[in-house]
Amino acid sequence: MNAPALELKRTPLNSAHRRLGGRMVEFGGWDMPVQYPAGTMTEHLRTRTHAGLFDVSHMGEIEVRGPDAIPFVNRLTSNDAAKLIDGQAQYSALTTPEGTVIDDLLVYRFAEDRLLLVVNAGTTEKDWDWITSHRGDEKVELRNVSAEYCQIAVQGPDALSILQPLTTVPLDEIKYYHFTEDKVDGVAAIVSRTGYTGEDGFEVYAAADKAEQLWNKILEAGKYGEEYGLLPCGLAARNTLRLEAGMCLYGHEIDETTTLLEANLGWICKLNKGDFIGRERLAKQKEEGIKRQLVGFEVTDRGIARDGQDVLIDGQRVGQVTSGSPAPFLKKNIGMAYIPVESGSEGGAIEIDVRGRLVGAQIVPLPFYKRPKT
Amino acid sequence: MANVPENLHYSKDHEWVRVEGDTAVVGITDHAQEQLGDVVYVELPKPGEDFAAHESFGSVESVKAVSEIFTPVSGKVTEVNQTLNDEPEKVNQDPYGEGWMIKLKMSSRGEVDSLLTAAEYEDFTKAESE
Repeated sequence: MNAPALELKRTPLNSAHRRLGGRMVEFGGWDMPVQYPAGTMTEHLRTRTHAGLFDVSHMGEIEVRGPDAIPFVNRLTSNDAAKLIDGQAQYSALTTPEGTVIDDLLVYRFAEDRLLLVVNAGTTEKDWDWITSHRGDEKVELRNVSAEYCQIAVQGPDALSILQPLTTVPLDEIKYYHFTEDKVDGVAAIVSRTGYTGEDGFEVYAAADKAEQLWNKILEAGKYGEEYGLLPCGLAARNTLRLEAGMCLYGHEIDETTTLLEANLGWICKLNKGDFIGRERLAKQKEEGIKRQLVGFEVTDRGIARDGQDVLIDGQRVGQVTSGSPAPFLKKNIGMAYIPVESGSEGGAIEIDVRGRLVGAQIVPLPFYKRPKT
Repeated sequence: MANVPENLHYSKDHEWVRVEGDTAVVGITDHAQEQLGDVVYVELPKPGEDFAAHESFGSVESVKAVSEIFTPVSGKVTEVNQTLNDEPEKVNQDPYGEGWMIKLKMSSRGEVDSLLTAAEYEDFTKAESE
């Protein structure tokens, strides 16, 4: 039924996914599991209540080394890389001169002269071209090391206890958005307390040829197959988890037509850190005020909003749904959309054009889901 | 392997028909529900609506996707499965039983003969997935 996957890229875990019964689909040029036999609902709920395992090896990694690594990255990205300490990561964005988004990314600082940029899978090539074509006088060496790494995410309230027996690093000492380099099951790895699910959890980076060993070992440690055991999760659950957590997905909430301020990402725009690509436009937009804004909504009628559907306020088509889906944990139908600032605010009523039928919805605060503090 | 009961008629759109007198009971096949994944929403027509054969009469939604559903034969809707409003998961759990969708008073009994037999449908799904 699916087109032959000949030209699609494969992560080092491709055959592991097939053995686990993953249903493989094309995503951003990659052959990836959209779900496993447990199904998206179960995968999503297990991640919220226990733990889920995700292959995110398709993400790109770009290494920046040299005495000017920080000034270089700071000139191309919106957050302030100079604020990082060794062993810390930050969420940031590569911006255009218009203040729109080339990609969102994580910046990891290993040392003052060594950073790692972790970028989206579908945009890795574009980012690489953008970054290399915007080199200035800075002394930096750039390497696209995407193929050298696998990346495995363990997410959920049980993530720490599952991963801890496999490493000597005291995981509870790694703070949120910090990382350490050590061994996991004897394999040299970067262990980062980050994720894309709204849960506590870790992302483990290691050499690509160690991917299967780590994947299988973590599944075993997480008691995969038992009633509340760790479950491998596909892209569909990854998407619903990040949507409940109100996180942006590149190509949906953010792209080269949306500015960071419109997407509620003002908190990663450090306008006073010094100049960076897009700073001037973002400063101007901040001063003048944005005209449209990303909002969250809950569907109040029967029906499910989907990506790309029109949003209406008082009968006028005013925007579009960027992501819309059932929210398996919240048991509601939710979504995000851009609407004009003057026409809607929290609590306001909107309508979604669901294939010709107008379905009522209400603007609600983001995120939809926030994990209970422990 | 997906379950394909012998006594039903099948469409290439992955619906099944059970003939009860001049009424056609319609649902989606086990193969179709497997492909969809967890069904979270079913949109059905109202009793009294008329449909031509192979016309869209509603939709089935999983977490990830929306699929239209088509009438295998023409007729007037006499009953819809209201249970699916609150329990859409019946489509996954029991696609040929409690997961039925609509009953149609057939306008032409002969139309069911143009549908696939169980064996033909099995061959069809095999060919489609190759």
